Amino acid sequence: MKKYLKFLPLLALGFVSCEPELDNPIDEAGFYNNGEADFSNYVALGNSLSAGYADGALYISGQENSFPNIMAQQFSLVQETGAFAQPLMADNAGGLLMGGTQIADNRRVLAVGASGPSPQIYTGMTPTTDITNVLSGSFNNMGVPGAKSFHLLAPGYGDIAGVSVGTANPYFVRFASSTQTSILADAVAQNPSFFSLMAGENDVLSYATSGGTGVDQTGNLDVTTYGSNDITDPMVFASVYSQIVTAMVGTGAGGVLTSIPDVTTIPYFTTIPNNALELDAAKAASLTGFFQAVAGIFAQGAIQQGVDPAVAQGLAAQYALAFSAGPNRFLIDVPVTQTNPLGFRQMTEQELLVLTINRQDLAQGYGSVVLTPEVMQVLGLLQQGGQPSAEQAQLVLDAVSGIDDKDVLDNQEIQAIAVATTSYNATIKALAQANGLAFADVNAFLTQVANGGVPYDAGTLTSVFVTGEAFSLDGVHPTPRGYAAIANLILDAVNQTYSSTVPKVNVGNYRTVTLSNDVQ
Amino acid sequence: MLIMLSTAVTYAGGYRVSLQGQRALAMGHAGVAVVNSAELGFFNPAGLVLLENKINVSAGVSAVFSDVVWQNEEFGQMARSESPVGTPVYLYASYKVKDWLALGLSIYTPYGSSVDWEKDWPGSHLVNNIELAAIYVQPVASIKIAKYLSVGGGPIYVSGSVNFNRNLNRTLSDIDGNRSNVTIDASGVSAWGWSAGAMITPTENFRIGLNYRSEIMIDAEDGDATFSNIPNSPLTPFENTTFKASLPLPAELTVGLSYEFLDKWLIAVDYNRTYWEVYKSLDIDFTSPNVPDSENPRNYKDASTYRFGVQYEANEKFTLRAGYYFDESPVQEGYFAPETPRNDASGYTGGLSFNVNSNFAIDASLLYIRFKELQASYDPYIENGQQVPFGGTYKSSAIVPGLGITYKL
Repeated sequence: MKKYLKFLPLLALGFVSCEPELDNPIDEAGFYNNGEADFSNYVALGNSLSAGYADGALYISGQENSFPNIMAQQFSLVQETGAFAQPLMADNAGGLLMGGTQIADNRRVLAVGASGPSPQIYTGMTPTTDITNVLSGSFNNMGVPGAKSFHLLAPGYGDIAGVSVGTANPYFVRFASSTQTSILADAVAQNPSFFSLMAGENDVLSYATSGGTGVDQTGNLDVTTYGSNDITDPMVFASVYSQIVTAMVGTGAGGVLTSIPDVTTIPYFTTIPNNALELDAAKAASLTGFFQAVAGIFAQGAIQQGVDPAVAQGLAAQYALAFSAGPNRFLIDVPVTQTNPLGFRQMTEQELLVLTINRQDLAQGYGSVVLTPEVMQVLGLLQQGGQPSAEQAQLVLDAVSGIDDKDVLDNQEIQAIAVATTSYNATIKALAQANGLAFADVNAFLTQVANGGVPYDAGTLTSVFVTGEAFSLDGVHPTPRGYAAIANLILDAVNQTYSSTVPKVNVGNYRTVTLSNDVQ
Repeated sequence: MLIMLSTAVTYAGGYRVSLQGQRALAMGHAGVAVVNSAELGFFNPAGLVLLENKINVSAGVSAVFSDVVWQNEEFGQMARSESPVGTPVYLYASYKVKDWLALGLSIYTPYGSSVDWEKDWPGSHLVNNIELAAIYVQPVASIKIAKYLSVGGGPIYVSGSVNFNRNLNRTLSDIDGNRSNVTIDASGVSAWGWSAGAMITPTENFRIGLNYRSEIMIDAEDGDATFSNIPNSPLTPFENTTFKASLPLPAELTVGLSYEFLDKWLIAVDYNRTYWEVYKSLDIDFTSPNVPDSENPRNYKDASTYRFGVQYEANEKFTLRAGYYFDESPVQEGYFAPETPRNDASGYTGGLSFNVNSNFAIDASLLYIRFKELQASYDPYIENGQQVPFGGTYKSSAIVPGLGITYKL
């Protein structure tokens, strides 16, 4: 028997080699093709969108689902690539500390309260990412939340001393190679073979999310005079963007540029309708009556001050607003002018309210009229044909509660955003063409998400807040599923330009919003 | 928010594992009409009384090296199962009380499965890993009722266990991004069945056999369902609970014949029909009213296996065997679930017996199963109210060496 035992090891060898092999395995060289691109050292350059920011914060699982990380995983299927290093946060709570003091909020989660599910700040963990802990090494994902186009060139943008005065960015402080370096310098230093550039969103976005309280700096080329909520001058943008592209292409890298979305299509602006003033017939009649009173009081006052009665009546007519049962548009405050001496008007169809508007205030008259008992008394007096005193008349005028500038994007502001965005995008597209780079039209894609949606294997991505699956709980940044769809869009553009065959990802395998009742 | 629970349990030609005797296995697992050893205690108890010796014992173990590779070309996904080595065993003993009566005991494991995918692999919403085992214990009687005819059979006691883990759906995860999953575990689930067979011996060297094993329903009554990485939210009210589920071990009918010729040669041919159609759906009924029940269509169809074997007594010491079988998969198109990643298979077998002395022999066998590469999908998985097929290219391989002993006195 012994003599046969010696064959046992041979037998064992046979079993080891019985692993099933596919005829055309995807991990075999040549199954996918990198075409004319070299993905071996991919660097992503940009802002929060490249960083994987979502739910109002940066946190590990969001970073893992950043579109650059998704793309890097797909690149690694196509050719030998280096590890894609990201400056990972310390936790999944989100939030930032500076020397122990919290300077950025935790992420938002979908919590269920008495009135149903709503986004809330997650409080289940205390944040542990302190920006004084500077990470060592270089990072392929150079996305820095909050960075505007010109910040990518700014030396000292990672200097912690500049955080409190606004010249530095706490997210870049965490992984800048030195206090004096710039985002672009750190990106170029990695000698990338391929890059993505998704930048410029913040050059209009912060203006938009602030309700247009910033300044449209078109015509002002001095960025040092810009406030954080301003629109960047398109010439400045073109110059900066071109410098970035030139520097990146100068390393011999191929790359992809992305257009800037029309920020007014994101849930941050489309969730609260401008006609959410729901009235029943009685309430509508009473509001209509109130504004007739306002118009009357205004006309009377104007005439008393010597204004021609015809002119006074003409001006007063704009305040005699009529309301009907059902949805009505809110009122907004506007600058006092000769043609609008009371400084308010009803919103027009295209105007937008921000997601962060206080909805409780809206329910209590913010955006229409705050009817106190005193005001009601004056209205009663008017109805009986009485003559109110000057103080009483003023009470009625003061009861009008137009929505503040910070909570609304009016037509002018929307126009300013549109003009800047169009100009930026023309610059980006031209630079892509001039440099033979791929161009991914994120703008067109998100427009489609907002208008009808983009289907995937188990549904449709839309820009409906929370349930649309494309946008995270901050109403601005995508969910991992949204980022995955954007990664696919970019991969399409890359494959087309470089004749590569990088496989796309299955969008349905990426999560949407995170549920948690660990909130306060 | 509706979190659909689509589950699974299982393996091979379904989850039937045909390794119930090294001698028969070496001949393509054909044996319903072969009178050779106590392996008849499984293949056809009717033949036990025809064995020459008074006491017959056969025991053995196989080592199942079985792996599956899956890929999806569209998305660049690939995964391999890291299945642990399965070791099904058998033990058969018979004692001839009278010339016309033999009694025996058979212990064997005809159903089982063990598949272990990489955790959170792309099909993890269907299965991460599964381990299914059923041990059959059967007292048998074999009676010669006429010169040409014997019958046999007996009641079967089954003890089964299952451990199964999968993710709740494709994306649900906790605050740290860990995927929400459920493990269902039930062990010591017992059930009863029976088998009966007949053997006809028209001439000295020609036999016809028939054997039927009844369907046995494994009803897990209060197994444990453990939910992990569930978000802390009233929208995901999954809590650890117990469950009820039924898994059929289907009935099997085998008919076959054997023929001895030229003194040293024997051929055997078997036809198996396994009544898989009973496996319509795997439904898991969670006890907690907060946890939605899980319905998982399987829609198996009855399937046949065709077996051929040949034996040659080379000399006093060695008997050589070889065989082939073709095993139809009971899985229908669109129901190819990765917990039973098996398609039609060809089994190539070989083996030998080494007669240490006139009472004691060592039996060895080797089975190599060849599967065709196939494109397949499991379609009934539902998300957001619509079917989301999970598919790709599958390729399986299995190689099974086995060792046993035969003792007769």
